[in-house]
Amino acid sequence: MSYRTQAALWLAQRASAAVLAACVAVHLFTIVYAVRGGLSASEILERTRGSVAWFAFYSVFVLAVTVHVPIGLRAVCIEWLRWRGRSCDFALLLFAAFLAWAGMRAVVAVFA
Amino acid sequence: MVHRVSGIALAAFLPLHFWTLASALHGSLAWTEQPLVKLGEWLVVVALAAHLGGGLRVLALEFLPWRDWQKSLAAAAAALALGVGLALALAL
Repeated sequence: MSYRTQAALWLAQRASAAVLAACVAVHLFTIVYAVRGGLSASEILERTRGSVAWFAFYSVFVLAVTVHVPIGLRAVCIEWLRWRGRSCDFALLLFAAFLAWAGMRAVVAVFA
Repeated sequence: MVHRVSGIALAAFLPLHFWTLASALHGSLAWTEQPLVKLGEWLVVVALAAHLGGGLRVLALEFLPWRDWQKSLAAAAAALALGVGLALALAL
């Protein structure tokens, strides 16, 4: 992989981390606030369905996760598993596509 | 090390999380009442808070013109504050 591509991955990892820092903080406080006193599936869906703002927020969250997770796993693959090269990058690309698909499927199920 | 292990744990948890949100919310959530699932939920929240704290530390180290020990302290303080806040909120 060229230095230019590696620099782009480094930048994408940091930029997505900055987005995720805000998303995770909001997500954690929302969880803690929402589960106080217990929570059922119907209660969750009653609150979330049709909310354009939360749909947009979690779409951004999924997009940032799709960028951030495979780049982080790439470092783990290279340093801990000694797995590098095209096969590793291709597998991570597939995982990124899966995260985007599964994540948006969840966002649509909960918020649309 | 904490940052890396929590990151791997979160990456492994995400597919399960997405599947649950897309499918299980439309069925029964009784299985979430099991003690082991509760423990798992708690571990995931702690891993997320730990990964957030570690990530903020990395961003501070790389992008802010501070001395290293100041950045570590700032990240530790932020993670501690978040952890205490979450623990209190969960106990309420």
